[in-house]
Amino acid sequence: MQIIKDREIVEDNWLHLDDDAELVAGNITVSLARWQEQHESLEKHDGALGLRLTGEDPLEEIVPDLGKFSLIVLFFPAFTDGRCYSFARLLRDRYDYKGEIRAQGDVLHDQLFYMTQCGINSFEMANANRLVDAMPAFDDFSESYQTTVLKPEPLYRRR
Amino acid sequence: MYQYDKHDQAMIDQRVAQYRDQTRRFLAGELTEEQFRPLRLMNGLYVQIHAPMLRMAVPYGLMSSTQVRKIADVSRKYDKGYVHFTTRTNFQLNWPALESVPDILAEFASVQMHAIQSSGNCIRNTTADQFAGVNAGELEDPRPYCEIIRQWSTFHPEFAYLPRKFKIAVIGSEEDRAATRVHDIGLHLVKNHEGEVGFEVLVGGGLGRTPILGQQIRPFLEKKDLLSYLEAILRVYNRLGRRDNKYKARIKITVREHGINHIRELVEAEWVQIREQLTLDDKEIDRVKGYFTEPAYEAAAESDTSYEQKLASDADFARWVKQNVVDHKVPGYKIAYVSLKAPDVAPGDISAQQLDTVADLADEFSLGEVRSAHNQNLLLSDVKQGDLFTLWTRLQAEGLATPNINTMTDMICCPGLDFCGLANATSIPLAKEINERFNDLDYLYDLGDIKIKMSGCMNGCAHQSVGHIGILGVDKKGEEWYQFTLGGSSEADAALGERLGRAIPKDQVVDTVETLLEVFKEQRHEDELFLTTVRRVGVEPFKERVYADN
Repeated sequence: MQIIKDREIVEDNWLHLDDDAELVAGNITVSLARWQEQHESLEKHDGALGLRLTGEDPLEEIVPDLGKFSLIVLFFPAFTDGRCYSFARLLRDRYDYKGEIRAQGDVLHDQLFYMTQCGINSFEMANANRLVDAMPAFDDFSESYQTTVLKPEPLYRRR
Repeated sequence: MYQYDKHDQAMIDQRVAQYRDQTRRFLAGELTEEQFRPLRLMNGLYVQIHAPMLRMAVPYGLMSSTQVRKIADVSRKYDKGYVHFTTRTNFQLNWPALESVPDILAEFASVQMHAIQSSGNCIRNTTADQFAGVNAGELEDPRPYCEIIRQWSTFHPEFAYLPRKFKIAVIGSEEDRAATRVHDIGLHLVKNHEGEVGFEVLVGGGLGRTPILGQQIRPFLEKKDLLSYLEAILRVYNRLGRRDNKYKARIKITVREHGINHIRELVEAEWVQIREQLTLDDKEIDRVKGYFTEPAYEAAAESDTSYEQKLASDADFARWVKQNVVDHKVPGYKIAYVSLKAPDVAPGDISAQQLDTVADLADEFSLGEVRSAHNQNLLLSDVKQGDLFTLWTRLQAEGLATPNINTMTDMICCPGLDFCGLANATSIPLAKEINERFNDLDYLYDLGDIKIKMSGCMNGCAHQSVGHIGILGVDKKGEEWYQFTLGGSSEADAALGERLGRAIPKDQVVDTVETLLEVFKEQRHEDELFLTTVRRVGVEPFKERVYADN
């Protein structure tokens, strides 16, 4: 499957492992529940690890483990569910997470600008067939008033 | 007033381009109705019973005469030649074509107006006191802070998909003309013990089907912490607010379910983490304040004597002044209401021709600015007393001088079943009936201030739960019935109205209003206000009479 990562269309090289699926070598992501149950064996896993979070999950509890993940996947069950925007900002601004943050689920063209401002840098689009059409959305706006992950100074300091 | 620089202008121009593309994709079938819905809503576009409805933002109710003329132009070119002003001081076009909306937005963008976040589950237009900057009792003008909040909230990337809509109001005086206690966040400019000016912060107020008054979350917030504190509240709400039930998604429910003390702990814990990073610079406060400086008022305005003469010689003029004109902080100047509550017009509606007149009058008599108020009227805020008579004659010629501000016929009313897809019952025709029944001005003045607020459904757009008399339309097996409440207020003495009793059929609504007024007149002590009487005697005497026949 293709995804958008750092504003380029690329092949996805991660496997999202179901909770009951057998462990395989390579880059895998697991749910928070599986990580909590099997973290000892997962830490010995042959390949990179990613963690999948939803807006329901207790973000603060996994902060000590963040260094073990190369990818955090934030799940948007509906694009109107904005909780993971706050997760992304906290991961970047407060917990200094430097790895990939990916939006998954109901991820549409029209949310890419906001998601990027919050620190999300890769996207599994709901419609994977129209990735090229979505690319201009990253440049919908040339400025933001707020302090964001991409622009740590508010606009008024640039006026 | 605030003027856009190249950054502000670029942002609204880019918004028009973005929305043009979204509309194109929707019309081409690339976006489903469900996907397009929140996008159009965040641009103020609803799809109503007869046609789409476009709600344009009027930040804190302030417009230039140029903007008012543009509203008139657009309403002629793209709509039916009138617009409707709302309780959030915005205005609505009731009949635009969906495919024309990008062009309409482009027209408005050319005069620094937009529809950004005028609907949707995001931070809405920030409102203020309609007498901001011109009333003597004010600690400080709230509008610079409204503008700072407008910019902070516009396209805030983290808070575009909140559990539910979010409304903020700011006031600078003790009288509360902005209904701050029924806002998600209410900000009051106050002085602390050291004499510094900052904000008292209220949270968790709201109307709709579960009306709740906001509670204090912080007694004093320094100005430099304004944005960090707002961001902390919004972040806590974005994560904690309920998303399983849209009727329980407003922050008022979050506060009620978790308790104000717990919410305060969460907000303060979040705030300490972001306070430094989001400090609001003095320089920025001063920059924005620079757009709201006091104009050069003429000292000679006070020496005019024609005003007193006209008051003495023209009873109609004197009546209009008594009812529709308010004292200004500068002697010799007055604040004049432009009543949008003429008897034969839906409350808050104004025609293109009237808008043009108001723009002309603003240029001639009031520094080129027009304000829209929470009570769905317009006002001219800086009129010399010597100009009032001419202003009045010109307003009168356009049907904009109905001397009824704060009287019973200055009703707040939602569009109701005739226009709105959500409503259960009509409201505008009833407002007209009330107007017809109580058209004797001396009778109205004798009754004094009475705020009737009437909504066509539980969503409560007309804020009936804080009306002195609240009237709520409900559906009973396909018939329109009306639930009355008494004794509500959205001002400094804010309270939710108490239910009168069971709902009343449509054909008895106006009679019921009349009965309530009869009881009031019997119970009233001298010139007591309706609200005072209701609070003193309770709803019982009213209830007994209204339901006496059954």
